[in-house]
Amino acid sequence: MNVASHKHRGGRVRLIATFLRVGVMNELQYRINFFLQLIQSLLTVGTGLIVLAVVFSKTDELGGWDRPQLLAVMGVFTLVGGVIRTFIQPNMQRVVEDVREGKLDFALTKPTDAQLLVSIRDVRFWQLTDVLVGIVVLVVALVQMSSTTPWQRVFTFVGLLLSGLVSIYCFWLMLASASFWLVRMNEVQELFDGVFRAGQYPVGIYPGWLRYGLTFIIPLAFAITVPSEAVTGRLAWQSVVVMMCFTAVLLVVSRWCWKRGLRRYGGASA
Amino acid sequence: MITLYTAHMRAWMLQQFQYRAANYFYMIGMIAEPVVYLVVWSTIARAQGGSIEGLTPGGFAAYYIVWTLVRNMNIVLTPFAWEERIKDGTFATQLMKPVHPIHEDLAGFMGWKLVVLLLWIPIAVVLVLLFRPTLSPTLLQCVVFFFAIWGAFLIRAIMQWSLGLITFWTTRVAAIFEAYYLSEMLLSGRVFPLVLMPKWFQTLTWYFPFRWSFSFPIVALTGPIENRDLFIGLGMQLAWIMVSIGLLYLVWPRAVRRFSSVGG
Repeated sequence: MNVASHKHRGGRVRLIATFLRVGVMNELQYRINFFLQLIQSLLTVGTGLIVLAVVFSKTDELGGWDRPQLLAVMGVFTLVGGVIRTFIQPNMQRVVEDVREGKLDFALTKPTDAQLLVSIRDVRFWQLTDVLVGIVVLVVALVQMSSTTPWQRVFTFVGLLLSGLVSIYCFWLMLASASFWLVRMNEVQELFDGVFRAGQYPVGIYPGWLRYGLTFIIPLAFAITVPSEAVTGRLAWQSVVVMMCFTAVLLVVSRWCWKRGLRRYGGASA
Repeated sequence: MITLYTAHMRAWMLQQFQYRAANYFYMIGMIAEPVVYLVVWSTIARAQGGSIEGLTPGGFAAYYIVWTLVRNMNIVLTPFAWEERIKDGTFATQLMKPVHPIHEDLAGFMGWKLVVLLLWIPIAVVLVLLFRPTLSPTLLQCVVFFFAIWGAFLIRAIMQWSLGLITFWTTRVAAIFEAYYLSEMLLSGRVFPLVLMPKWFQTLTWYFPFRWSFSFPIVALTGPIENRDLFIGLGMQLAWIMVSIGLLYLVWPRAVRRFSSVGG
């Protein structure tokens, strides 16, 4: 099935670019949604800022993080949430839907790697407003911390952020693969949305059992806390090593889950 | 009317009880939110020498564990449901029935609540073991709490039902609902116990329904609260139920007039 794709590496890049373009064009038809989405992002961040203000009206630091540092975490949290809702969640939810309705065949019969294809089909471009707002919050936080942020820090941040997003993608792929076995997955997604909120604070403040859960079961620590540590200059090299190993393992395991799931799949469209 | 209510309640109870697992996933997802708040505030309380505004980590634990029950009582028909109802014709069928369609929703959700209450108990036990709340309500507080959670349900159910009717005028309702929810987040005591807020803010919350459908039932059980305030709270709940019914009477006939459907 994926013989052709192995021959042309460039073909995959072109494929991704094409799907992105189609996704963007789709969303550009509904321009007013951009403003509605932007209002929504601003309202959410506004609420977050009020909560942060209330917290810091009672204390100077939370688990060793001061105000601008926590503001940076909030920026990263908003940014990561935006990326997940733009690229990851819509695709994975569509997999769940397609499996339930037996429509996954349409993706499986295409002459490229199925995992790649199901990961790029849907893009909710307007959700990028969260990314924009998140970056603004992050920059404000950085300016509050000091007038200059060393370039190495920014590079490390971007690298770790990308790697953290990969781990979230793997996690979602495993969730989506679970739909080959379980029928009702809506509530599992609700569960993710609920738990995701925990990422707006650094995982270090949570009690041990929860901290481990948020690191190794739902990898929010890698997607949000570790990059935030990098950008605020609190990063320990041990975290980076653990994170890299864990992400590598997740990549392999999630691919395996997906393949196992596919074997269970019986189509309904043919 | 009573037969109607019991019938709908029983139907929803049986239906929801079949989806125990789904209900559980949903409820556990909901737990994450108060646990985050609880951890944040207990951390601060400990750092500030044991308590803030009289709330100890045990006090916060009590607040946020009772929170989970009240939050479950607070789940009502989402205003977003109207778009679907109008589009797929459910609403047209509802209009044909000889009673006001709100009754079916109220009764159904009330029946669901009974299932939720049952499922909530194990979750509460786990949370109590993990976070060690300090809770010693008087008998009167327990009685008021029992009525207050149903009062909270009614306020929120009727308010949001009326709010959802905006869908009859415009389809771009998401931003409006979102703004409503966010003001509710802050003014209801959902994110932080209202005692932590400045005085002017606490006064402000009196003029919105949110406090009475969230903070009041929690504090009624966890305290500290004077007996007088328990009855004032119930009175305010009653007042807000009246206001939301008034709102419904105002909006409903106009909404129905805007509705037209094809086929049947």
